[in-house]
Amino acid sequence: MSTVAEKRGFLAVLWDYLTTVDHKKIAILYLVSGGFFFLVGGIEAMLIRIQLAVPDNDFVSAGLYNELLTMHGTTMIFLAAMPLLFAFMNAVVPLQIGARDVAFPFLNSLGFWLFFFGGIFLNLSWFLGGAPDAGWTSYASLSIASDGHGIDFYVLGLQISGAGTLIAGINFLVTIINMRAPGMTYMRMPLFTWSTFVASALILFAFPPLTVGLFLMLFERMFGANFFNVAMGGNTIIWEHLFWIFGHPEVYILILPAFGIFSDIISTFSKKRLFGYAAMVFATVLIGFLGFMVWAHHMFTTGLGPTANAIFAVATMAIAVPTGVKIFNWLLTMWGGSIRFTTPMLYAVAFIPSFVAGGVTGVMLASAPADYQYHDSYFVVAHFHYVIIGGVVLGLLAGTHFYWPKMFGTMLNETLGKITFWLFLIGFHGTFFIQHFLGLMGMPRRIWKYLPNQGLDLFNMISTIGAFFMAVAVIVLIANVIITQVKNVRVGNDPWGDGRTLEWAISSPPPYYNFKQLPLVRGLDPLWIEKMEGRTEMTPAEPLGDIHMPNNSFIPFVMSLGLFIAAFGAMYQVDWRASDGAEYVWSIPVLIIGMLITIGSMAVRSMKDDHGYHIHKEDLMDDHDKGGRE
Amino acid sequence: MKEGFNEAMKNGLKKWRFLPLVAAMAFILSGCGEPFLSTLQPAGEVAQKQFNLMMLSVAIMVLVIIVVSIVYVIAITKFRRSKLGEDFIPKQVEGSHRLEVIWTVIPIILLLILAVPTVALTFELGDQSGAEAEDEEGNREALVVDVRANLYWWEFSYPDQGIVTAQELVVPTDQNVYFNVIASDVKHSFWIPAVGGKIDTNVDNMNKFYLSFDSERAEEANNLFYGKCAELCGPSHALMDFKVKTMGEEDFNQWVTAMQEAGEAEQQFESDTVADGYAVFEDQGCIGCHAINPTQQIGTSTGPNLTTFGEREHVAGILDNKDSEEVQAENIKNWIRNSPDLKPGNKMPVYNQDDLSDEDLDALTEFLMSLKVNNE
Repeated sequence: MSTVAEKRGFLAVLWDYLTTVDHKKIAILYLVSGGFFFLVGGIEAMLIRIQLAVPDNDFVSAGLYNELLTMHGTTMIFLAAMPLLFAFMNAVVPLQIGARDVAFPFLNSLGFWLFFFGGIFLNLSWFLGGAPDAGWTSYASLSIASDGHGIDFYVLGLQISGAGTLIAGINFLVTIINMRAPGMTYMRMPLFTWSTFVASALILFAFPPLTVGLFLMLFERMFGANFFNVAMGGNTIIWEHLFWIFGHPEVYILILPAFGIFSDIISTFSKKRLFGYAAMVFATVLIGFLGFMVWAHHMFTTGLGPTANAIFAVATMAIAVPTGVKIFNWLLTMWGGSIRFTTPMLYAVAFIPSFVAGGVTGVMLASAPADYQYHDSYFVVAHFHYVIIGGVVLGLLAGTHFYWPKMFGTMLNETLGKITFWLFLIGFHGTFFIQHFLGLMGMPRRIWKYLPNQGLDLFNMISTIGAFFMAVAVIVLIANVIITQVKNVRVGNDPWGDGRTLEWAISSPPPYYNFKQLPLVRGLDPLWIEKMEGRTEMTPAEPLGDIHMPNNSFIPFVMSLGLFIAAFGAMYQVDWRASDGAEYVWSIPVLIIGMLITIGSMAVRSMKDDHGYHIHKEDLMDDHDKGGRE
Repeated sequence: MKEGFNEAMKNGLKKWRFLPLVAAMAFILSGCGEPFLSTLQPAGEVAQKQFNLMMLSVAIMVLVIIVVSIVYVIAITKFRRSKLGEDFIPKQVEGSHRLEVIWTVIPIILLLILAVPTVALTFELGDQSGAEAEDEEGNREALVVDVRANLYWWEFSYPDQGIVTAQELVVPTDQNVYFNVIASDVKHSFWIPAVGGKIDTNVDNMNKFYLSFDSERAEEANNLFYGKCAELCGPSHALMDFKVKTMGEEDFNQWVTAMQEAGEAEQQFESDTVADGYAVFEDQGCIGCHAINPTQQIGTSTGPNLTTFGEREHVAGILDNKDSEEVQAENIKNWIRNSPDLKPGNKMPVYNQDDLSDEDLDALTEFLMSLKVNNE
């Protein structure tokens, strides 16, 4: 590994990324693959909206439509939103707490590759006999009745990528607990770090129920285990519980980091300390905690009875309180500040009313008897898109513009950024606001077509037009990224000029060891404190010394690849057994080979000592924070 | 800073004047959608109570939005850097306990205002004791309907009356009708938007709930409501529609009697074509799945019961007969020939020219159109 930036061939760069354990490069891997899946999910969404533009449309077939809606939801949640958030967590959190990397760089890489191969596996279903078609919730009675391998792709793909997510969550927990720079107490951590911390804790507790549910489904589909087969004494409602015990906290896993990004952006561009920091932290933790108490509000119409419905209704309403606290603290952060409307700040400012709209419909949905009407109608579709797009996606777009200089050392074009922003915002409200009314007018969700003369035509057309605005906005964003990277104008430590937290105290992008000397943190917004005292840099907390670095490793890639291969064997052995061993004879060998690759690479990792290496003091003294990723 | 905020709060309180606006909004909303489908034009006590709860929550939420909007708009207009200058360094305020308490307590109060009626109505709608009430002779007082959801069609049976129908639920107005719902293949959800919220038809257990149908509002909807499946159940989930015919109690009792009599009556044919059609119906095995007697195969049939088929407003719940016999005949033929295209994934076999000649199809159609119970 060279400390000197040099021109290298494509293969060398590729190899570097395949083997990297550097959190900043893994962030880029997450950003690129999450971005790719975001485009895939977006195309699926556009096909859905085109199909629903006019009544009785036959643009896509009924079966294909169900595959599209399933893959749109699954892709956006698991393969786009989460990895994109992980991109920013990886890029920023170690810097924000003044760490040289995450606690387990090897696991960080493993987490990414598991997610990546799980996502690829899931999407290969399009080319291998059909995608899953039972909705992203994959309710048991429908998913066990589904023909073909679609649901198997869902189960195996999510199992693999879910393991990656769990690993990433644990890694961030350990990192934030153990790797903070001197003086970086918990109550001095930036809100993005705090929300990453809470979201990681949610991952730790929410993903195991999903894993359990997926294993039950796996055994049901592959070995006829009958967990969900009512005729054999199984029960399908248990799947709904397992799914939503995961599924509801999942919403907060997505939204809390977005809250964190917005908190940092609002504070930065208001040139003002976050109002009510302690209340914000407490609200974040409380939302995370309450997030586990409300899953059954997704099941009000399942027939749990009035007692359960009433309890979960009131518990759900309670979440509005800490969320409201957050909204008002953001408003009061801007109040009395000096607001500069950069592209990230525009997203943050637009986020507040958009998310309030999604939040209040959340409270409306919490009211169980009224939910009997909203449930599984387009009202719910409108609600969760307001929360997920108005919250999470705006947060991701804001984060993309805000952290781009820190990740790549270049600044996205502000004019194009603002064009994207306005197109996206108009398109988003145009698409989804009207869907509230469609739901109330009696349009159920997940319908392939609607017949004419039901009063649903006009609003659906408006909704589809809105979707095209969002699509154009995303295209402008991609153009912006390409233009920016081709021009390649380099920027300094604090390109926004208003940076308050530690990541803006080092070069963009930071050198691979991040901080030459760990910084001394003297309070909340450490860089701001130094700036106010006339300094431009952080005070070091330690003398210059050798830095211990981990070695790159190809093992995480191979380990994940093994599971990817084994998944094919596991899936097709069903056909092998069904054909009495006549066809798919390769399935069991492939399963075994895949598992051997994974277990073998685990063994290599365990047996072979890898102590990493040291960057010596002398080399660091020569290296004047040149930055660059090479 | 606080001054500005207090000013904003004062403005916010003034906005109580907007409450009439909320009422106006509820009025405008109620113009949304079609009277036979829209939850915003409630046509029964259950839907009305749910609508009232919706409007209460909308009112509270609009209040919240107004307060947030005012603070928001002032903040982003008054505190722009372009106005304040680049050199202005804002005061780094830590926070305010008083404000934190205010915006914790007020939302809690607002939520309590919503939570109390929510809990009350949850228990009220969950109360099924009306289904058990008996008169002096030990007969059940209320009407109970067993709903069985199947891949893309609905069966409605009346256990106390011993009759069954499909695709078109027939109910009396102005009384509680108690439903026991279950699915026979995958999970569906039973929803008549204009009359009340939905309940899932699970495969595991029978769910119970009740609805009531208001006679005046039903008239506005021509006594025909649209019912929907609200849970993704396969390719034709979107087309798993059913209809609800409402009528006064007397008419309903007459209908029940007619159905019961039809169950006992001998098969009679009005013409030779109809008789030929019946022969086709038997030869093709239609009768294996489709009973044409309202007392047979209750809860076990694999296709919709066709006893009242000739009277239904739609074929397969989706093809509108438009009160015209020609259209009805077209629809029936279209369905028999092209059912996989009309409702992808449905369980009915295809009948093309080789299986069923055009003459046989004509006769079969005649026969199917003659299936009525109310033909005085």
